[in-house]
Amino acid sequence: MKLVIFAGPPTCGKTTVIRQVIKRIIVKNLKPSFVKIDVLYADEDEAINKEFGIPAKKIYSGELCPDHCNVVVLDEVVEWAEQKGSDYLFVETAGLCLRCSPYVEKSLGIVVLEATSGMNLPRKIGPMLTLADISVITKIDLISQAEREVFRYRVLEAAKSITIVESNALYGIGIDPIVKKILKTEDVEFPMFLRGNPPVGTCTICVGKKEIGAKNHFGVLRTMEKELFYIGE
Amino acid sequence: MYINMDIIKITLIGGQGKDGSKENVDRFDLKMGDIVSIVGPTGCGKTTLINDIELFANRNTPSERQILINNEPVPENFTFDPSKHPIALISQHTNFLSDLPVGEFLTIHAKVRGSTEIGNVVNETIEFANKLTGEAIIKETAMTELSGGQTRSLLIADAVVIGNSPIILLDEIENAGIHKTKALELLKQYEKIFVFVTHDPSIALLSDFRIIMKAGAMQKIITTNAEERLASDELRKMDDILIHFRTLIRAGEVISESVLKESFETQTQ
Ligand SMILES: Nc1nc2c(ncn2[C@@H]2O[C@H](COP(=O)(O)OP(=O)(O)OP(=O)(O)O)[C@@H](O)[C@H]2O)c(=O)[nH]1
Ligand SMILES: Nc1ncnc2c1ncn2[C@@H]1O[C@H](COP(=O)(O)OP(=O)(O)OP(=O)(O)O)[C@@H](O)[C@H]1O
Ligand SMILES: [Mg+2]
Ligand SMILES: [Mg+2]
Ligand SMILES: [Zn+2]
Repeated sequence: MKLVIFAGPPTCGKTTVIRQVIKRIIVKNLKPSFVKIDVLYADEDEAINKEFGIPAKKIYSGELCPDHCNVVVLDEVVEWAEQKGSDYLFVETAGLCLRCSPYVEKSLGIVVLEATSGMNLPRKIGPMLTLADISVITKIDLISQAEREVFRYRVLEAAKSITIVESNALYGIGIDPIVKKILKTEDVEFPMFLRGNPPVGTCTICVGKKEIGAKNHFGVLRTMEKELFYIGE
Repeated sequence: MYINMDIIKITLIGGQGKDGSKENVDRFDLKMGDIVSIVGPTGCGKTTLINDIELFANRNTPSERQILINNEPVPENFTFDPSKHPIALISQHTNFLSDLPVGEFLTIHAKVRGSTEIGNVVNETIEFANKLTGEAIIKETAMTELSGGQTRSLLIADAVVIGNSPIILLDEIENAGIHKTKALELLKQYEKIFVFVTHDPSIALLSDFRIIMKAGAMQKIITTNAEERLASDELRKMDDILIHFRTLIRAGEVISESVLKESFETQTQ
């Protein structure tokens, strides 16, 4: 199974992009599933399940940083998708904490940025952008070509080797190159490891332990089904 | 992978209208130096058509159109070297969203477009824009503070001077109160393919041909004939009269009968 993790600021168009991708994966007779990790509220799982009839699920991170939540539950999420017989698992994260990033090794990391968000955004979001493989720039229909070119430059300035895809996600424009990359992604493998170095902090993730899964950590944890609990002194 | 090529011609291959039926126009070429207008009622798909051109649609947009460059389709995962993108699109937008000062924005854009003398190019762009606006644009102003007309003027100047692209697509140049005839005059000095989306009869008749659109589809193409060219001159005179009155009114003049007469006489000579 292949794992694709989508991150990006609220309302940047993650779900819209994922929908367009799912449409194109399904017509190839491949089986995708979808998981949304969000802080307080999400309804994408129901909408996507209804629209495409594919396995879909949401996980609320609640008191946890959503990227931290991602680290401790992703192993179970991958197992869940494999049990459902999926070929592809699309994870949409909330991407609120700009210190962490949700991408893991042997998966595809996609950051979604809206072209309307101002020229300084690419400088502000750190590893969510710099550790991604692809940066999808959405809402290009809402700005001038000149601004698009400058925004693109600012993204490349922050992440030199990233692949940029410009998209009007509402009409599915620019989605095909993303699908191509997704099809070429290598299979996810256990044990999974986070990409890059987590930020300085006091919990096991924060001090640099990159293994995915609650069983590898102590401190404030949770599992896919079980709400927050604490392991430690 | 970057594509780098000299554009000799662009071919538009028809797709489908909003209801999925085939377009009447199934193929036509745009060659260097052509001036083309796209006309039709609001919502008929004019902007969609120029967006297809700008994106080098390859049967992958809702209209299913295909664009060929020098007879070849553009590969799906193509990227033009951003400094040499052959198309500049001036969209219908009348506001900028970017939070940078005009000078800084243009400097970055000139850098992206590979200009060598960046300072000069930036000044030239602002000068070009200021020939089209009422109130001059100042380098230090934030882009978001520009008016609708100033924004459009700057976009046009940017596309021509900084963009330096061989193909320029302009969506409703007549809007937002910029000096339309002046703009056309300035633009015509450049040897490029110009595509104007327009509701304005004098712009339409100034073109070499015009594409008539309805319900998302290209209905037919009309070549401007000699009689129409004469009509276009008459229309231009009428435009000049309107512009003259606009200038008077903007300057706070009162339009008396004698002013009216005098204006008609001087402008239609
Ligand atoms: N014009 C335009 N609107 C878009 C585009 N992509 C997304 N939108 C709109 O932007 C809004 C937010 O899109 P979503 O896909 O829900 O964004 P999201 O990132 O999933 O949002 P959250 O999950 O709530 O953080 C919706 O109204 C979309 O229709 C685009 O390319 N162009
Ligand atoms: N061939 C097509 N297939 C499907 N949808 C289309 C097609 N052409 C246009 N549309 C849709 O019709 C709507 C209006 O089109 P568009 O904005 O291009 O109109 P317009 O002629 O530019 O209007 P205006 O004069 O108001 O600017 C858009 O939502 C567009 O996506
Ligand atoms: Mg969403
Ligand atoms: Mg339009
Ligand atoms: Zn965090």
